[in-house]
Amino acid sequence: MEPQTFRVTRADLVRYAGASGDFNPIHWSDRVATGVGLPGVIAHGMFTMALVGRAVTAWAGAPDAVVEFSVRFSRPVPVPDTDEGTEVVVTATVKDSADDGLTKLALTATCQGEKVLSLAQAVIRKR
Amino acid sequence: MPLDQSFQGRSWPATEPYLVGREKIREFARAIGAADPEYHDPEAARALGYADVVAPPTFPVTITMSASRQIIEDPELGLDYSRVVHGDQKFAYTRPVVAGDALVCVNSVDEITSRGGHDFITTRTEVTTESGEQVVTVWSKLVQRGGEA
Repeated sequence: MEPQTFRVTRADLVRYAGASGDFNPIHWSDRVATGVGLPGVIAHGMFTMALVGRAVTAWAGAPDAVVEFSVRFSRPVPVPDTDEGTEVVVTATVKDSADDGLTKLALTATCQGEKVLSLAQAVIRKR
Repeated sequence: MPLDQSFQGRSWPATEPYLVGREKIREFARAIGAADPEYHDPEAARALGYADVVAPPTFPVTITMSASRQIIEDPELGLDYSRVVHGDQKFAYTRPVVAGDALVCVNSVDEITSRGGHDFITTRTEVTTESGEQVVTVWSKLVQRGGEA
């Protein structure tokens, strides 16, 4: 399936914090983020998963075609305070397609060439 | 300090119903850049068979994260939230969340483990409507990183 690329900026993290209610300061304050040993502000894991979810929904064709969706957060996504921010690239390969109409997708998400998720997969149902 | 093992296997009373608002779904969809009409336009959503605007797949975590505070903020558990990172996340859907749903969460602790100086807690939240219709099951694994000392 065609890889999908998502741009992520600080403004996106602020908007996601408000919409999701996750106001952990490591997602908006460099001071707090570096204070706990991070390189700087990082994206919410659930924001990254939401972007992967957009790709999965697009591949599945509809939000109600997603049956299962799971990820492991293996590496943070640092988001620099620039207009460009960073990019997350999402790929999927079909793992297996069973007779019951369910298809398992193995997913990857990379940022700056590094995998930020492991054990990421979705089960989708063709509508 | 290790987490209190006695939390493993426990379940908590159902939370107060969370009323899913149309504007909240639109706000969440905008925040993740999901522009498809079924997230924003009730007519478009109904034409696709949904009762109202439909929530993107990760939306339920906004409800379950808040609901699971009844576990993770319990001082008896011994979780230091400043050392917590998100480990794993899983959703198993019966149907998508739509605007107008009144959702109730029942939290359980599936597993508490320790490995390499880190502590792990997996919570499971069964999300149903007020009348008991199953909507989605949400698992979150949190990692409490070991102290530097």
